[in-house]
Amino acid sequence: MGELKLMKGNEALAEAAIRAGVDGYFGYPITPQSEVIEYLMAEKPFERTGMVVLQAESEVASINMLYGGGGTGKKVMTSSSSPGISLMQEGLSYLAGAEIPCVVANVVRGGPGLGDIQPAQSDYFQSVKGGGHGDYRLLVLAPSSVQEMSDFVPLAFDLAFKYRTPALIVSDGLIGQMMEKVELFDQIPRLTDEEVIKRHPWATNGKPKGGERRILTSLDLDPHKLERHNWHLQEKYKTIEENEVRFEMLHCEDAEYIIVAYGSSARIAQKSIQLAREKGIKVGLLRPITLWPFPKKPIDELTKKGVKGFLSVEMSAGQMIEDVKLVVEGRTKVEHFGRYGGVIHSPEQVLEALEQKLIGG
Amino acid sequence: MSEITLQDIIKPENLVYKKTSLMTDKALSYCPGCGHGTTHRLIMEVIEELGQENETIGVAPVGCSVLAYEFMNVDMQEAAHGRAPALATAIKRLWPNKVVFTYQGDGDLAAIGTAETIHACNRGERIVMVFINNGIYGMTGGQMAPTTLPGMKTATSPYGRDIATMGNPLKMTELVATLPGTYYVTRQSVQTPAAVRKARKAIKKAFQNQLDGKPGVSFIEVVSNCNSGWKMEPVQSNTWMEENMFPFYQLGDLKVDGKLIDK
Repeated sequence: MGELKLMKGNEALAEAAIRAGVDGYFGYPITPQSEVIEYLMAEKPFERTGMVVLQAESEVASINMLYGGGGTGKKVMTSSSSPGISLMQEGLSYLAGAEIPCVVANVVRGGPGLGDIQPAQSDYFQSVKGGGHGDYRLLVLAPSSVQEMSDFVPLAFDLAFKYRTPALIVSDGLIGQMMEKVELFDQIPRLTDEEVIKRHPWATNGKPKGGERRILTSLDLDPHKLERHNWHLQEKYKTIEENEVRFEMLHCEDAEYIIVAYGSSARIAQKSIQLAREKGIKVGLLRPITLWPFPKKPIDELTKKGVKGFLSVEMSAGQMIEDVKLVVEGRTKVEHFGRYGGVIHSPEQVLEALEQKLIGG
Repeated sequence: MSEITLQDIIKPENLVYKKTSLMTDKALSYCPGCGHGTTHRLIMEVIEELGQENETIGVAPVGCSVLAYEFMNVDMQEAAHGRAPALATAIKRLWPNKVVFTYQGDGDLAAIGTAETIHACNRGERIVMVFINNGIYGMTGGQMAPTTLPGMKTATSPYGRDIATMGNPLKMTELVATLPGTYYVTRQSVQTPAAVRKARKAIKKAFQNQLDGKPGVSFIEVVSNCNSGWKMEPVQSNTWMEENMFPFYQLGDLKVDGKLIDK
């Protein structure tokens, strides 16, 4: 059993960064996730593990520091909240194009624009459809507990390096700010410079003696070559879709109705399901853990099994519902419910929506 | 007496100069007469001379020198427009024993990347920053740059840069010299053999500073020509540069060993 601690989601993320053997964190304060960099500065990871922590001049600089640092084969990470993540979209596109691994955490708040500092899930489109320019995907993990804020950091790094692609951890102000018991994983040692050089021959950390220089770029002025590079990226994304889908199912065996919800909404939906079952309504929960790749297969299987409807519960005006609909293809009813702009729905409101939109409707 | 051919002259004992192995054989994409190629060569010569070819990581910009990594035979990263100092910051922080440099033009370093430039300089990152200032956006077809001189005609200031409506040219090098995080700040040029020798000396000093672990950025501006963008012949553009650019962007050291030079 690992060390048990009562922590905020943001603190768990920061502690996990140190324990995951991250080499560099580059960030810029923004509510509701400033605790991440505050915790890191207070913990002095430069003394604990030799990890570099730097407060950048902006989110634009932070994400480009990830490009530079990640491009040398080191484990690099940043975190921010919605407006800051918007500023990082250019950088994420370049990172995806140049195939540089890194981990970015978004503690989502209400939008659009400056919005507010309360929890929201309205960055789904931005996260999974490509917020920056060009044909690319980010590997997106959605924690629904403080425990997962910790556990998903090393997982995100494993996936980012396995596929040489940026990984995004998408939580929200609720998970970032709430305190829960966390079982912390043991310290994963940082790689030595020699190990980094050996493990990542693509990385630019000084031309090997007698070898060829390495170039990291997302530019190719020859359209045919750039198309080939895009084919390569698409092949990679296909492999990720085949191998890395993660989800959780709760009470789906006998369910007539399915709530699809991730992150905080999945936690709220658990209570809604309990309330529904007390009333004799058979409801199950499908919780996507990877928002991209999206768990298409279980939704398809549930549709084939003949469930009477899906309710996509998200703290947004309805974004993930589009992906649910793409799988269901009109075979059964798909509805959305969610409060947004920083308002959190209650379990009772979710149940009421289920009854009105799916059962009664 | 038979005629002396080139082959008779090019003998190992007669060779006093050769192309550095740190420039690739790829033909430069720059216009004939442009100062970029010379500056590339000087940087690579210095890195070779200092024996750092396996320890160096360079960061290329967006602009005419976007393909710098095609010509410089060291590990290179291609940055988004203006962000090279942010990349270099992280590289140097994570590999403090490596040699890290950025290579940027005026649009990249002094317009879109102003924040990254100033903050990397102010934090005192132990990197070399090379800044090519030709007062114009060459790559995109000759538009106004932050360093375009007053009255100078470009594609977006076709009647000349009007200070009242288009603002003043930015003396970025003077600006960064005032920051405590810069250790060596100098302005050079590469239009004559004498200037090339001086610029080479400055570049070597900058890289030596980094190798010696001197605290702060070594910043080299190279005032250069853009014969295509300025719509002049190469020789004419160099004369124009001497007569117009140099009085505004005065050559010489601005800061040495962390101390401002009194002028």
